Order: sequence, then structure tokens, then C-alpha cells
Amino acid sequence: MVVFEKPKSLTDAQFHYCPGCTHGIIHRLVAEAIDETGVEGRAVGVAPVGCAVMAYNYFACDMVEAAHGRAPAVATGLKRAMPENIVFTYQGDGDLASIGMAETVHSAARNENITVIFVNNAIYGMTGGQMAPTSLPGQVTQTSPYGRDVKTAGYPIKICEILAALDGPEYIARVAVNNVKNVRNAKKVIKKAFENQIEGKGFSLVEVVSSCPTNWGMTPVKALEWVEEKMIPYYPLGVYKDRSAQEVEA
Amino acid sequence: MAKVTFDTDVCKGCGLCVSVCPKQVLGLSKTVINKKGHYPAEMLDEKNCIGCASCAIMCPDCVITVER
Amino acid sequence: MAEKVLMKGNEAIAEAAIRAGCRHYFGYPITPQTELAAYMAKRMPKIGGVFLQAESEIAAINMVYGVSAAGKRVMTSSSSPGVSLKQEGISYIAGADLPALIVNVERGGPGLGGIQPSQSDYFQATKGGGHGDYHLIVLTPASVQEMADLTALAFDLSDKYRLPSMLLADGTIGQMMEPVVLPEESCGTVEKPWAVTGTQMKRKHNIVNSLYLVPEELEKTNFERFERYKEIEANEARCEEFMTSDADVVVVAFGIAARVSKNAVVAAREQGIKAGLIRPITVWPFPKKAIEEAAKHVKGFVCAELSMGQMIEDVRLACGCSKPVLGAIRVGGMIPTPEEVLAKIKEAEGGNA
Repeated sequence: MVVFEKPKSLTDAQFHYCPGCTHGIIHRLVAEAIDETGVEGRAVGVAPVGCAVMAYNYFACDMVEAAHGRAPAVATGLKRAMPENIVFTYQGDGDLASIGMAETVHSAARNENITVIFVNNAIYGMTGGQMAPTSLPGQVTQTSPYGRDVKTAGYPIKICEILAALDGPEYIARVAVNNVKNVRNAKKVIKKAFENQIEGKGFSLVEVVSSCPTNWGMTPVKALEWVEEKMIPYYPLGVYKDRSAQEVEA
Repeated sequence: MAKVTFDTDVCKGCGLCVSVCPKQVLGLSKTVINKKGHYPAEMLDEKNCIGCASCAIMCPDCVITVER
Repeated sequence: MAEKVLMKGNEAIAEAAIRAGCRHYFGYPITPQTELAAYMAKRMPKIGGVFLQAESEIAAINMVYGVSAAGKRVMTSSSSPGVSLKQEGISYIAGADLPALIVNVERGGPGLGGIQPSQSDYFQATKGGGHGDYHLIVLTPASVQEMADLTALAFDLSDKYRLPSMLLADGTIGQMMEPVVLPEESCGTVEKPWAVTGTQMKRKHNIVNSLYLVPEELEKTNFERFERYKEIEANEARCEEFMTSDADVVVVAFGIAARVSKNAVVAAREQGIKAGLIRPITVWPFPKKAIEEAAKHVKGFVCAELSMGQMIEDVRLACGCSKPVLGAIRVGGMIPTPEEVLAKIKEAEGGNA
């Protein structure tokens, strides 16, 4: 009996990502959620600008490539045009938390019935390792060569904490993909973010704390250790908002 | 009896599967270079594999299929 | 005979769009196109459509991109500074070969400019506007009736040729009230097999995209797009000609400037000057043939414009610089008077150009 194989919602195309890049894991988790909820035929994904720009080649469902940061607006259009479809965005930290901050906040505030997968690896990967809105204080990048100095470059942006403060969104959660246990949990949370949309509950965002071995200058294994030691303490994992669950409790 | 198969030419030799295997039955090849130019992951000790799929769960490239 | 109703130009666009099957409108407040958004906000919920006030012009145009990608008719409207913000999205829409309608009820610029009428976004509208090689079909209404008619036409042409279209209006026509016969209901007949509607597990996935990292492929998409543009230039250039056949001087003007110019042409004729008017209804494609024909017999052209003479360049190109082209120009929200246009007609007629 097969206990693990590549999900059907991924195409045969091989990922272009660097060795050990966790984008591949997160792509697979999204595809598994699509497979397991049975929505591939009505799923429409929106790819970002960043390392995942060519995600449209990897997901077997219909795909749109959006301008940098605009994926939630494009997804809003797709969802409003065909509410029966299951629309998701897949965005990185520069895309979602910097240039696309307004689209992120407002699609959440509207409780737009879409699913947002937010990959936070604390760096701009595609352009060669610049400081991201989520780069940690002191983190060395190409554009913070002496370490991120919060006096001049400000502090990292904690998306889940910000969005959970809004009345609008249905579900805001942060997971990580640095070990088997966390990946298993990330899978559950991502699936829930799709189920919420299928049930018409509204905006669900899953922040996935992940790694960038190439631009962090580490081996893939070391990078995942750095996620555990540095990233997760700054970006605590957990469900930040789950309106339906909170309503049941109340 | 667990069976782990690798889509060897897709492997980028990142070693994440090797690092998470609870039975330490995997390794990166020291002799084979795949089409991508990497030393791919391979099974070293099949009889001790428990088919837990940890390797496949951590693989970023969907290289691994696990049967049990 | 369909009933005539009295409407503001901006409202006529909105109602015509609805009749053209547009059920999705995204916008952001800006003067002087406000009535259009307000009309949509009132009407769309009643007919099962979507009106959404976006967080920015940038978001609005990207919502347009999303709806268009799903194969539905969709529009946004704004005014000059807002249309500048939309340029990124317009470039992506053009690059992904999607249809859409963008309405620009122009106001004076540059910068925040003013809120009075203008035509100074001519270059932006006709030469591309955003980054990359692309064009929009640009239609220029000169009456409330045309606000309605050209809206319907803009949707049809946009679907047919798979490129965004723009209604380039000005604050005057937008605010003006005139009787209008609204177009018949229609929603277009063009099939959109490229749309991302969900595969329904019946076909390979569709991808709406403007990224081509292989230079040969990107070049090919550009070449193919420009083949389509050639076809549009051959088939879709439109203009109205008024007393041009024997004219010594032809005024070229669109929108509100054309209405003023028509009065000037009539006044010139009364004074024995053989003047005529070419009124472009499309400024891309530019009605080059009409200019070429007129160039065979005129002494000169006069461009009457609410810009610093941006259209003069196109008239010069169309006549191969064979004749002088004067400008009857007012900017900043000012409109040339018939007297000012007449003075330029006389100047051109006297060979003082």
C-alpha cells in the first residue's frame, strides 16, 4: 500500500527551487489540501512575484501570475467573478508583507473568501538575498550587510499578530516546516484554510515559517536549525484567530 | 516490509530526508551523480526501514514514494 | 425607437457598461468620475453584480485583472492621477492579453494638478502608459450619447482582440447632461477558452501570465501581439469628418475640444474660409488615413487640444510632416474657445503657419 506519494494537484514539472528550499514542501502541502478536499477542478491559484513566481507551472489547477504584492486583489477579482471556485494565493514575505501590505490587510478586512499561503523566510530570495520586512533584528542580508539595524531599518513585521487584530478575517495561523512534526501540523492547518473557504467562512491566512539555505548561507539542514532557534522564537507558531471556533466557545 | 523508492534524477541532494530519518537508514550517494549533477539520496539499510515516511514528508522535491 | 433619457456622461458610461454585460466594477474615489462609481454602487447589488470600492487604484486594477482572467466583462474608472497608479496593472493586463475597460475621465496635471477637464493624458493613453511594448484601444467620446455607445464598443473590441481598452473622456463630457438612447442589452459573443474558470478536470490547466524568462519566447509574444495591433490599426481606426472634402484648413480635435472646434469651423465657413474638422473617435488606432487624405489638399492643420499639443505629434506623423500643424491649446482645466480655434484656422489659412 502506498503511504506517501506526490499529490495529483502537482504537475510533472520539476521545481526550480534551490536544494533544500522548503517552497517544495509547502507546494506539496497546498496540493495535498486541494487533493484531499477534492477541489482541483474548481481551484484557481495566484502566483506571486518572488521565488514562487513560476508556481503556475507546478500546480495542476488553473493559475494566474500576479504583479508583485497584488495577488490578494487578483484573487478578489477571481473569487468575485466565480464564487463557486476555490481561490488561493501563494506569496512570499516581500510580496505579502512589504509591497502588497495594503492588499493583504484589506482583503483580510473584507473577509474575502480566499485562502492565502504566506511563506516567511525572512529574505528576498529571487533577487539574491535582500532584507525582507520579516528579516530578524541583526540578520545579515545583502542590503543589511552589518545586520538589520532596527534604529534605521525598523523592526520585522508580524503579519499574524497584525491581521488577528482585525475584525474581518476568519482564520489566521502560523506554522513552520522545519521538522516532520511541524510539517504534519502545517498540513492540517493549510487544509483547514481551504476547508474554511469551501464552507464559505471567509479569509484564511496561513503563515509558513520557512528557510532559504542559499541566501542565508547555510546548508539545508543548518537552515532548518536556524528556523527553530531564531525564527520561531520571534514568530511564535499557533492559531492567532479562528472565528468559528471562538464563536463555538462563546 | 516498507519500500521506499526514489525518483533519483529529481533529487537535489539536499539531505533533509537523511537528517530526519529516525532509523538512519538513508544517505547521500557517494558514487552516483544524477542528471541534475547532485549526489542523490539513497536507501542504505532497507531492512531497518519502518516506512514512517518522515523522509518523504521533509523532501522538498517529491522525490520519495513510500509503500508499506 | 428606443427611449431617450437625460443622463450625465459618467452615468451613461455606467449604464451602458451594465447593458454590455459588465457585472463587475472596481474603483477608488476620485473627482471628476465620481458619478460613475456612485451609479455602479447603486445598481450592481440590484442586478446580482459586484461593486467594490478597493483600497487603492492599484488594487482596483488588479481586481479587474482577476475578473478578466476568469473570462468575465469587467471595468474600472478613474481620473488622471488614479490612472497613473493603475499603469502597472494595465501593463500586466496587456501583457497577459486580457480584455478589460478602463475609463479615464481626465483632469489637469501633472501631479495632483486640478479637477477641471483636461486631455493631457493623451501620450499615456495612446503610447502605452505603463512599462513594455503595448497598446490600448483608446476611444474618445464627444457627447453623452458617445459615452454610452463607445462603452459598448470598447467591451466588444477588447474581447475581440484580447487587449484592454480605454475610454478617454474629459471632465466636461463626464459632468454634462444630455439626452441619450442607451444601447441594447448584450454581453458579447466571444468565446474565452483561455480563461481560468477551473479545469473541472476536463482540460489541462490554463495559465494567465505575462512572464516569459526565455528571451526568444518573450520576443515571440511581442511580435504576435503587434501583428494583432496591425489588424486593429487596419480595421478599427474611427473618426468623424465634417466639411473636410474641400477644406483648406482641417482642425483635428476630439472630445470637448471637437465640439468647440465644430463651432469654429462653422464660423470660419461663414467668413468664407474653407475649414473642416476631423474628429478622432479612436486616438489609438489613430485615424491616419483621414489625415493623409486631407493632407493632399489642405494648407495646414490645427490641433485643438486640452494639452500642450500632445496630439500634434500624431497629426505630423500621419501627414508625413507635409503640412504645418498649429495648436489651439489650453491646459490646466481651461478649454479653447471657438474664437481661439478660429484665430488659428485663419493663421493656418493665411499660410502663416
